[in-house]
Amino acid sequence: MIGVLEFPGSNCDYDVLRALQDVVKTEARMVFFKNQDLSDLDGLVVPGGFSYGDHLRAGAIAAKMEVMDKVKVLAAQSKPVLGICNGFQILCESGLLPGALTRNTSMKFICKWVKLEVQNSTSAFTNLYKKGEIVNMPIAHGEGRYFCDDNTLKELKKNNQIAFAYNGENPNGSVENIAGVCNREGNVLGLMPHPERSSEKLLGGEDGRRIFEAMVNHIKSKK
Amino acid sequence: MDVEIVVKLKKGLLNPEAKTIEKSLNLLGYKNVSDFDTKKVFLMKIDAKSAEEAGKQADEMCRRILVNPVIQEYEITVK
Amino acid sequence: MIKRPNVSLSDGEIELARKRLGREPNDIEWAMLDVMWSEHCCYKSSRKWLKLFPVDGKNVLLGVGDDCGVVKFDDRWGIAIGMESHNHPSAIEPVAGAATGIGGIVRDVLSKGAKPIACIDSLRLGDIKHDERSKYLFENIVKGIADYGNTIGIPTIGGEAEFDKSFNKNPLVNVVCIGLVDKDRIVHGSAPVAGDTMMLVGSKTGRDGIHGVTFASEELSGSSEEASRPAVQIEDPFSEKLLIDSFVEIFQTDAVRGCKDLGGGGFTCATSEIVHKGGKGALIDIDKIHLREPNMELWEIILSETQERMMLIVKKGCEGEVEKILDKWDVPHARIGVVTEGDRYIIKHNDKVIVNMPTHMLAEGPLFDRKAEPIPKRVIVKPKIKDLKKHLISLLKDPNMASKKWIYEQYDNEVQARTVIKPGQDGSVTRITDKEGAVLGTGCNSHHCALDPYGGAKGALAEAVRNVIAVGGEPLAIVDCLNFGNPEKPRAFWQFKTAAEGLAEAAKAFEIPVVSGNVSFYNESEGKPINPSPIVTVLGKVALDRTMTMGIKDEGDDIILIGETKPELGESPKVSLESEKKVDWMMLRLIENQSVGAAHDLSKGGLGVGLALMAFKRDIGFDVDISKMAEGIPEAEKLFSESHGRFVVVTKYAKGVLDAAEKYGVKAQVIGKTGGDKLSYGPFSVSLKEAKKAWENGLEDLII
Repeated sequence: MIGVLEFPGSNCDYDVLRALQDVVKTEARMVFFKNQDLSDLDGLVVPGGFSYGDHLRAGAIAAKMEVMDKVKVLAAQSKPVLGICNGFQILCESGLLPGALTRNTSMKFICKWVKLEVQNSTSAFTNLYKKGEIVNMPIAHGEGRYFCDDNTLKELKKNNQIAFAYNGENPNGSVENIAGVCNREGNVLGLMPHPERSSEKLLGGEDGRRIFEAMVNHIKSKK
Repeated sequence: MDVEIVVKLKKGLLNPEAKTIEKSLNLLGYKNVSDFDTKKVFLMKIDAKSAEEAGKQADEMCRRILVNPVIQEYEITVK
Repeated sequence: MIKRPNVSLSDGEIELARKRLGREPNDIEWAMLDVMWSEHCCYKSSRKWLKLFPVDGKNVLLGVGDDCGVVKFDDRWGIAIGMESHNHPSAIEPVAGAATGIGGIVRDVLSKGAKPIACIDSLRLGDIKHDERSKYLFENIVKGIADYGNTIGIPTIGGEAEFDKSFNKNPLVNVVCIGLVDKDRIVHGSAPVAGDTMMLVGSKTGRDGIHGVTFASEELSGSSEEASRPAVQIEDPFSEKLLIDSFVEIFQTDAVRGCKDLGGGGFTCATSEIVHKGGKGALIDIDKIHLREPNMELWEIILSETQERMMLIVKKGCEGEVEKILDKWDVPHARIGVVTEGDRYIIKHNDKVIVNMPTHMLAEGPLFDRKAEPIPKRVIVKPKIKDLKKHLISLLKDPNMASKKWIYEQYDNEVQARTVIKPGQDGSVTRITDKEGAVLGTGCNSHHCALDPYGGAKGALAEAVRNVIAVGGEPLAIVDCLNFGNPEKPRAFWQFKTAAEGLAEAAKAFEIPVVSGNVSFYNESEGKPINPSPIVTVLGKVALDRTMTMGIKDEGDDIILIGETKPELGESPKVSLESEKKVDWMMLRLIENQSVGAAHDLSKGGLGVGLALMAFKRDIGFDVDISKMAEGIPEAEKLFSESHGRFVVVTKYAKGVLDAAEKYGVKAQVIGKTGGDKLSYGPFSVSLKEAKKAWENGLEDLII
């Protein structure tokens, strides 16, 4: 059972649920952020949106909610935890992933399909891609510029933690064109592009689907 | 106690908002303006026994949620 | 001698009010009438003419007269659809004005029990090239729509924009929203059962938007400062998002009898109209209303236009069920009254009655029969186009025809994972079921309407229908936003009246009902009205495996021009409704049986621009020879005339298409082939790269 975490202001929660239930066809349920027991979950997705209206900083308030302690437990148990867009922001703000997301250099919200290079093909989410593969996924964000200091960047490279990088055009000014990072173990991934919007050909492309499929495989392999 | 917290982006981090505003000012004729920067100000009242205690609490709030140390730094003033 | 109350009503209206009430209204009652009898709330100048529209149809589940319409989509689903304008607020504070415009129409759709799933925006801005203010308004209106729509998670999946100096001081911001509702669970804006609870839900009431009410400032408030009353309504999309999520949950219970959003006219409008519609009265305790600020005056509370609020009529005994869901989402709420038998609208404060009027006085404003004076038709001056290539490039660069990417890349057009045909095509398509999608197409050429409001309005609907057809959609319903000048001026009113007549005639001919709409008057400054703008949006339906796009996809295919090109440069092109229907019907058949690989309807910039747009999509050019078409008319007319009723299709089955055209009695001819890196028209050609660059940068260059 994969949980989809729902905060006040989450917008892409039902989109992720649909991708899991109807496209990849795996058991999934919505998890409201209050008073929830996550112990039955084999994995978790923190979806995109504007949790708490993006007030203070995108993801800052959600990151401090009690449920995030339970998410940290899941991650520590090596269960797969995926953060998409606002979910990525929340994972960074809560310390589950290094670095931070801040305002796009263009100062504008940008919604378009972009090319990504897969740089890590061993994590629990990216092992169905080939290293160096170029894929297409849509972005839609105003605070997607990834930043980390030089030491952190060294570490990320050393430990193969940069999962996806923008290829051809960097839409938001992210350092080293970083579009997604994972933790050292590879069971926590955060990315700005939306795989749930690129899991069906009808909506523009299927390159994002493999992230969910890999997540399901990972869970099956651990059982 | 009246507490004021000023938050700004860490040095070395691009502040595109400040850059854009400075450019606009230059275009409007204020060509003698440079080093435009922006800060965020949080204001609140803290019910505490001393200024020191209020400052300590404010600092804790910053470290817990109000400030992201990866990209921001802050200054607290207790009045 | 009774003192004349300080309201913006005419002497006649004041007398009418006294007569209908049977006594002198008190100060608060006058303030409420001032709002409810305003043009904006009671449509006194337009109601007579809106009655011309065809409003019935087998697919109309909820027609005109409620917050929005609901159209039958299939055996399970209804599509709620509404269109609204927020022009004047956007002229003053563009970010907040445009944002709250989205907020309002989304709540209108939500109030009918529907989950909002998509928006469309139609913008009219001034001359952004030469007018600084227009540029400022444009940038910030787009920002307002983007910030609000993106935060509440409703995709803006399409839209259009026109730029003309007549809109310099009066931008138009028209927004459409559609929502999904189980067709057996539509909620009406009505309170038909006495004893039900009236619950005010949403943001705490503050002093927003009261500034505009002239009356109250002198008589009632002793010490309130102007400064504490913000003239503009400030948007809070996070609150709106919580409203949406909690209401979608509430509508799954059976606790709600009726619902209405608080928009223009605020509390007064929502509470009086909802009980009036139900044939009942209201007993309201104003002290129960949850407030944002202390020491608010009674009239401030009643007239406030604080955003993100809804009125729920909750079945007696079910209040707890509703409140539990609202508390889950942290949405403020208050039980402020009860629905009563009879027709009295009563407000109490500290147990004393402060307002007591029959509901009809508030909900049914006066009806005016304004004077209309025809504007003599202008002498048509044909533009002299010497250099066809140069003219084409100038059109492609013109913000009216240039790429609108700068706008729509700021809108999240994919949230909710439904958008199948995204911005940049003729129409937009959003998935409703696994097999079918809803289509939205919009139209209005304000230049044509300025020359000929009657023909221009017909053309607006014809264009909106063609936009739906071009992506494979079958039209189901119409919503409209009629934007005009000052109705007290006979010439401006004539523009409205004839446009309404034209739109009505066209809607009847197409057999598409109008299910909702909006009228915005007084769009003028310094005596100069805007170009009349009756903007029309058509909702359609399409099978998801039969959608169509405009881009040329292969080399070596035939290009066929469908429809008749007439020499109408510089004019408002004539609309032959019979021809439109024939062409539309044929186009649907061609798309359905997969005879064409690309389709695009022609409008602004005619054939010249239309063909170019088809080439830009996938960078495949064409070799066309315009000497083969519309013999006898000048080349400039062939290329740039904006005649209605035309499409361009790309096909591998030219004979099949031509045979179909003959069968349907529609003009059609092969004008060229796809392929190459040039746009070749016959008399000239231009490199695709050069033309596309001009088109891509046309709008963006004016903003930076």
